[in-house]
Amino acid sequence: VRGSGKAFFASCNPKICVVGSGPAGFYTAQHLIKARQDAEVDIYERLPVPFGLVRFGVAPDHPEVKNVINTFTQTAKQSRCSFYGNVNVGKDVSIEELQQAYHAVVLSYGAEGNRTMGVPGEQLAGVYSAQNFVGWYNGLPSCQELNPDLSCETAVILGQGNVALDIARILLSPVDILKKTDITQPTLEALERSQIRNVLIIGRRGPLQIACTIKELREMVNLPDTRPEMVAADFNGVAEALKDVPRPRKRLTELMLKTALDTPGEKEQERRNKASRSWGFRFFRSPVEVLGDPDSMRVVGIRLAVNRLEGEGEGARAVLTGEVEDVKCGLVISSIGYKSVPIDPSVPFDSRKAIVPNNMGRVQHVSGLYCSGWLKTGPTGVIATTMNNSFDTARSLVEDIDSGTLDVSISKPGSQSISALLEKRGVKPVSFSDWEKIDNAEMKKGEASGKPREKLLSVEEMLRVVQT
Amino acid sequence: TTSTQPLRSDNKVTVHFINRDGEKITVKGSPGDSLLDIVINEDLDFDGFGACEGTLACSTCHLIFDEDVYKNLGPVTDEEMDMLDLAYGLTDTSRLGCQICLTKSLEGMVARVPESVADIRQSKDGSS
Ligand SMILES: Cc1cc2nc3c(=O)[nH]c(=O)nc-3n(C[C@H](O)[C@H](O)[C@H](O)COP(=O)(O)OP(=O)(O)OC[C@H]3O[C@@H](n4cnc5c(N)ncnc54)[C@H](O)[C@@H]3O)c2cc1C
Ligand code: FES
Repeated sequence: VRGSGKAFFASCNPKICVVGSGPAGFYTAQHLIKARQDAEVDIYERLPVPFGLVRFGVAPDHPEVKNVINTFTQTAKQSRCSFYGNVNVGKDVSIEELQQAYHAVVLSYGAEGNRTMGVPGEQLAGVYSAQNFVGWYNGLPSCQELNPDLSCETAVILGQGNVALDIARILLSPVDILKKTDITQPTLEALERSQIRNVLIIGRRGPLQIACTIKELREMVNLPDTRPEMVAADFNGVAEALKDVPRPRKRLTELMLKTALDTPGEKEQERRNKASRSWGFRFFRSPVEVLGDPDSMRVVGIRLAVNRLEGEGEGARAVLTGEVEDVKCGLVISSIGYKSVPIDPSVPFDSRKAIVPNNMGRVQHVSGLYCSGWLKTGPTGVIATTMNNSFDTARSLVEDIDSGTLDVSISKPGSQSISALLEKRGVKPVSFSDWEKIDNAEMKKGEASGKPREKLLSVEEMLRVVQT
Repeated sequence: TTSTQPLRSDNKVTVHFINRDGEKITVKGSPGDSLLDIVINEDLDFDGFGACEGTLACSTCHLIFDEDVYKNLGPVTDEEMDMLDLAYGLTDTSRLGCQICLTKSLEGMVARVPESVADIRQSKDGSS
């Protein structure tokens, strides 16, 4: 059910704007431009630099994942697509103003908030959200003050998804490996001084409910200079339960079982003996309280409740047993999920699910308003998942144009009127060729130290390069 | 891959793709090309195909084969299986197109591009 490419009755081009330039924004734009030969798409982005979590989320040692940037760049360079960076939608310009200027507005601004553990001690020094920690090592300007103290021996990560494993890998990887990535220079220096020898990755439920994928687990298992340390008893009954589970979960669990329980071969045993660092999963544990030193107000440990499972498989629930256990640690990172936030009071928002309520990407009760990506689905899945749901939203929008549900017969001013508004408000948008200046400056800076790029770490610095 | 290809077509291998709409598209590729190379060289329009550009980091090049073809495709690495595990509509005869290299013995093979989850949901909506 593709768009016909031309509307019979309309003489003017559908003008659409997309809010956010992560994978969702770019994949939505890509599909719109392709499906409608007459569509014009403008992408507004809060930061001066595009690509969202591909730049600020995906781990620096996963450069292959970032290849999607090439396709996004092709889209941005199409004559019917424009990029307006450094525009904070909801603040510099309202959604209502965008709706007046465009036939349709697609919200793709991701999930920038974070879920909190909601336990005492969360505010202590040395406790971070995964989001801020990832933002720090990936050069997100708002996270550069983090400066985490890595002088302790044990770090605890709460949550067992891929983000948790990314963080564990960054904390434990030999610095020589990270040196060749685009990880920021301050992070490299902090990791060089790091005393962390042991990372515990903690989950509420059991091995059969773990949320990471096998690629990330295999990377941990093979991580140089580290050895896995698991608790064998956590895996009681797991092998028996594997018979009927689907292949992905089965292979993931088998790799965990092998790592935790099998006697390694001679070579692997030697590797493990020599390793100077270790990591391990701890299952059936929920945080109760982060324990602090009363004088320094720094974290010194974490109190965990011991859970048992009720039910089986993916739907099993963690139930408190009443027992607790204290673990000594000097760093706590909570990786229990990202969360979308409302950016404009005029847009419906489901605060329980933390998404914009929608039907196939059509925002409920507001015609001409759409959403895609993590804002639409919640913060789960990989870039390919985001791609599919963004194509899906674009298809809905094209269907609405084709069917006349979305009226594109009245001409709209598009970026013209928005640019005028922004100028009046003293906001200077960054174009895609401006971004390419930043891009080149970063790559050049990286070359000197043998890195693919050295990211600029503040918005001011980025804007300075644009002005040169 | 190079874009200069031998002019003699007898050296080439015929591949039939079945796209998401069920259409059959017949193209030729050179031995040694991956199925992703062919999709790119022939400019085949499979939305979102090959997002990580053949670096085994995405699973968007997922293809489904008939049993007998599947057996001829050569060994699967753990790393390919790991990425395949994330693919929509995974089957027992699924592979990643960027990991399969053409050989003469694959002449006439059929590779099916699976529907994405979104497509499936949409066609269900449409039929109800
Ligand atoms: C730590 C981490 C690691 C990941 N690693 C991988 C991986 O290895 N492989 C993989 O496939 N997937 C990975 N993912 C998942 C992937 O990043 C997401 O699927 C994808 O980025 C979601 O896309 P999005 O466009 O919805 O959101 P985002 O990528 O977050 O994009 C949202 C964009 O909107 C902008 N924005 C926000 N507010 C405003 C505003 N008010 N006005 C204008 N613009 C705004 C933001 O600056 C951002 O650029 C990872 C995710 C995380 C969190
Ligand atoms: S193209 Fe990404 S895995 Fe094949």
